[in-house]
Amino acid sequence: MSPTAHDGLLRTLAPQVVGLLTRRWGDFDAAEDAVQEALIAAFAQWPEQGVPDNPRGWLIQVASRRMTEQVRGEQARRRREDRVAREDDRRTAPPADAEDPAARDDTLTLLFLCCHPALTRASAVALTLRSVGGLTTGEIARAFLVPETTMGQRISRAKQRITSSGLPFALPEPGERAARLTEVLDVLYLVFNEGYATGAGTELQRVELAREAIRLARELHRLLPEDSEVAGLLALMLLTDARSAARTGPDGELVPLAEQDRGRWDAARIAEGIALVTAALPRGPVGPYQVQAAIAAVHDEAPSAEETDWPQILALYGVLGRLSAGPLVALNRAVALAMVHGPDAGLAALDALAGDPRLAGGHRLAAVRAHLLERAGQCEAAAVQYRTAAARTASLPERHYLALRAARLTGGG
Amino acid sequence: MKYMLLMQFSQAGADFPSITDWTPEEIRAHIGFMRETNAKLAAAGELVDAQGLAMPDTARIVRSGPAGEPLVTEGPFAETKEFLAGWWIVDVESAERAVAIAAGCSAAPGPGGAPLNMPIEVREVMSAPPTEEA
Repeated sequence: MSPTAHDGLLRTLAPQVVGLLTRRWGDFDAAEDAVQEALIAAFAQWPEQGVPDNPRGWLIQVASRRMTEQVRGEQARRRREDRVAREDDRRTAPPADAEDPAARDDTLTLLFLCCHPALTRASAVALTLRSVGGLTTGEIARAFLVPETTMGQRISRAKQRITSSGLPFALPEPGERAARLTEVLDVLYLVFNEGYATGAGTELQRVELAREAIRLARELHRLLPEDSEVAGLLALMLLTDARSAARTGPDGELVPLAEQDRGRWDAARIAEGIALVTAALPRGPVGPYQVQAAIAAVHDEAPSAEETDWPQILALYGVLGRLSAGPLVALNRAVALAMVHGPDAGLAALDALAGDPRLAGGHRLAAVRAHLLERAGQCEAAAVQYRTAAARTASLPERHYLALRAARLTGGG
Repeated sequence: MKYMLLMQFSQAGADFPSITDWTPEEIRAHIGFMRETNAKLAAAGELVDAQGLAMPDTARIVRSGPAGEPLVTEGPFAETKEFLAGWWIVDVESAERAVAIAAGCSAAPGPGGAPLNMPIEVREVMSAPPTEEA
């Protein structure tokens, strides 16, 4: 994912061209393949030969030619070839600056299609990055650390599933639109977290995923400026990403929020995120992404961990728990509770979660308990919990972090 | 040729305390060393893959049952004395180079900054069949 001057342009155009060809030929699978080939050609040619006068028209032309070649190769599709030949005159591309009213809806339609609930989350993520994000299969494979052939199969099976399900290339009906939009937001947030949550060794590639998720969320916000949850998701990503430089230490170890050097936070991203969520919240309806963004904003506005407005964060976790109850929200609420009413209140809240099967065997409960025990001054008990959490996590940077916390309490450092 | 370097952690053979009992500085030095090792191997064009494994506490043993159904034995395996902690796959010019890399990895610093001298198993990854001429 090496960014070049053409990347932004190509990636904005990619979903528009996939959408246009899908509408024209009625074959999403083939259109998507053809545009992928056209993109690869553009990535190779444009840096040397310069950007064509009409980049969108260029992509449409190259992709259409690929589709024609593909159709010619398939006897069974003879009739479609004839239809295509008749439509030749309509395939003359409009100039680049001509506003295509369908382009906006095409990008949106494509996003809904790629994030369809009929697909597994992993497939939806991969297909979205390729079809809407305009990334190549190789780039996506590298970002997820899987072989390119594996990623190619994942994408191709996702497209087959769309084709066999007979899903139309159309915007969802108004009645199901809100639910489908939530799917889209969840997929984009998944891409962001995949980029943000991983650390050592692979961080360079992974950071690109977070950036790509922000770009797609920005695009979605441009298409649906009135939707508060879209604004909330974009704000949440910006407010979280603003801290990324302060999140790892010199040896690549994780630095918790409370100990981050806040001078290294990205002030411009914070300002943009706060403006977005401030405008979105009163507009309503309030959804989980807006509330999470509001929580992130309270953290980002605080000059230090101690000066954080913890009562407000606690209240916001209460709201979030009512909107989308889950064990992770409850864990975070316990931390806020401890910051407002003392560690014992937080630990009591954790005891109530101990029976939750969704947390059983995982590392999160032990990690939070360790933090609260440490705050309560119970160093030995905290170290035991840090070690338990370290042994259970499947994230190497997190294991290092938890081992360090345990060592700090017992190793005399 | 490709080699797999297996970091076989042995509690019996280890004459150093568990990593959670090291000082924070010792842990940081260890993490930094591993990162640097991987960066050097990648820069030399020799790194194929490097992965750490979650602790054996989270492991499960699976066997196929009479009808092909999975029979799962849950951890934790507290009695585990030896376990695979992680691996590297390197693509190198010679077996000697693979051994040299393994020795480098084995020297990762532990308590007091002294090399741990962990045992690293070096296994060649099997390749395509030999050519007709060979």
